[in-house]
Amino acid sequence: MPADFISNLYVFILAGFVGFELIKRVSPLLHTPLMALTNALDAIVVVAAIIIAGRHETRLTTILGAIAVAASFSNMVGGFLITDRMLRMFKSGRSK
Amino acid sequence: MNAFELQQYLDFAYIVAVVLFILSLKFLSSPATSRWGVLAGEIGAALAVIVTLFNPEVSQYKWILITLIIGAGVGVPLGLVQMTAVPQRTALSHAFGALSAALVGIAEYYVGTSPVTRFEMGEISLEVIIGSLTVTGSLIAAGKLQEILPQRPIVYRGQNVVSLSVLAGALGLAVALVVNPANTVLFPIMVVVALFFGVLLVTPIGGADMPTVISLLNSYAGFSAALLGFVLNSKVLVVSGALDGSSGFILSVIMCKAMNRSFTNVMFGAFGQVQASAVAAKEERVVRSASPEDAAAILDAARSVVIVPGYGMAVAQAQHKVRELYDVLTKKGIDVRFAIHPVAGRMPGHMNVLLAEADIPYEKLIEMDEINGDFPQTDVALIIGANDVTNPAARTDKSSPIFGMPILDVDKAHTVMVIKRSMNPGFAGIDNPLYYLDNTLMLFGDAKQFVSSIVKELSGGH
Repeated sequence: MPADFISNLYVFILAGFVGFELIKRVSPLLHTPLMALTNALDAIVVVAAIIIAGRHETRLTTILGAIAVAASFSNMVGGFLITDRMLRMFKSGRSK
Repeated sequence: MNAFELQQYLDFAYIVAVVLFILSLKFLSSPATSRWGVLAGEIGAALAVIVTLFNPEVSQYKWILITLIIGAGVGVPLGLVQMTAVPQRTALSHAFGALSAALVGIAEYYVGTSPVTRFEMGEISLEVIIGSLTVTGSLIAAGKLQEILPQRPIVYRGQNVVSLSVLAGALGLAVALVVNPANTVLFPIMVVVALFFGVLLVTPIGGADMPTVISLLNSYAGFSAALLGFVLNSKVLVVSGALDGSSGFILSVIMCKAMNRSFTNVMFGAFGQVQASAVAAKEERVVRSASPEDAAAILDAARSVVIVPGYGMAVAQAQHKVRELYDVLTKKGIDVRFAIHPVAGRMPGHMNVLLAEADIPYEKLIEMDEINGDFPQTDVALIIGANDVTNPAARTDKSSPIFGMPILDVDKAHTVMVIKRSMNPGFAGIDNPLYYLDNTLMLFGDAKQFVSSIVKELSGGH
């Protein structure tokens, strides 16, 4: 088993717990924006896609990487945009 | 600066991005701070993308820039969709996320710099299988939500055996690849089989189960990104994937609990088939119906009203009319609140977003557990396009398919009014005894038109 795997596993488990504690505290009111936001954060896959597309190893990997860049970057842009639009709509009656 | 130093700076920037992502989710704990969450996430993501462009491994920028522009061009319209289209947009974004994770995993297999070890092969195979099935599964879910595909579960005899065999086939190919990573013929076959399994997985699931399915697909998309982080040894991916994966997982657990069902039951139970025999066996029973004028008079006389919205409200696009009703009743000094069942609608939180869009203050949107105790003191419970989540058979009738599901106790209100198109049983094909109670009035018609007539009646009376 490679050493990297163990250190990644540590990170994964700790991040999983952090995620669990954070998500538990999100009000059910905001579950739809939560899903949109985590989707946008998950689009960080774009960094891996950029490296694959930019490394220019074979034509196949460049094409795969390029499609992945477009797919994940659209999630990133669209995800943040729609999350913000949704959150802007949640208004308190008292603040009016 | 040498390449090693540069790499360290890049890693440091990724750590900052990860911290910002965690803060982003933390800000989401309250509506008041939530928009800071978006800002923190945006800064983190922008930082990560920009520093990646300086990665020494990146030598060719043409395709990166073109595809970033294409991505933004696709992303902006997807970020501007109507609120009623949010469930299908979300399903589509799960597909995109999983697609990019799967493609990077596939590319990693074909990057021929060093031979893939068995361990790496196992990681890549698992990552690509989960990613691929999430792509097709999410596309099917999006198709159902957009009603391009039928929302009813599509089932046939021996379906579960077929589906599980296909999954076993994909896993078997993965094992064969681990045994011999150099067998390049098997890899694309495995991808295709996994894609096919995604179709089989979601096709039999009905529209009413979409909140759970969409949450599960969310967690698969997250975990495939985390696995990709293992493959590429990228901690930023491991963390972001774990956050997204655990979020989707928690939401699926909440959705399952709200329906009193297990994961296996959702995935393989094909809930929502019309139970033809059960429906036919029901004898004709008497319901009382009322006109918009009657409904308006009853609402006018009430002191407290609880509105229960469901998917039907979303379909009829009635949320803005509901807002007018809320306004006119509130002006008369009547206390109006909304009771939100966790699985009302087609995704977690769906009703809240629609009502928030219609400018209903969020303090008025009350969760099931908080509002259930108040129904006995409520004068009128007005149900708009919700069915199964109000079915008292879930509490009393052991033979009911939804027995044990937590419901909104609307039947305890002094008067129950149900806006409904007809007496046809709801999506799940389950008869609702609520409609035959003495304190229930059926308001037959289109939700939007009916609410609009009530509003006219209420405001015209003064």
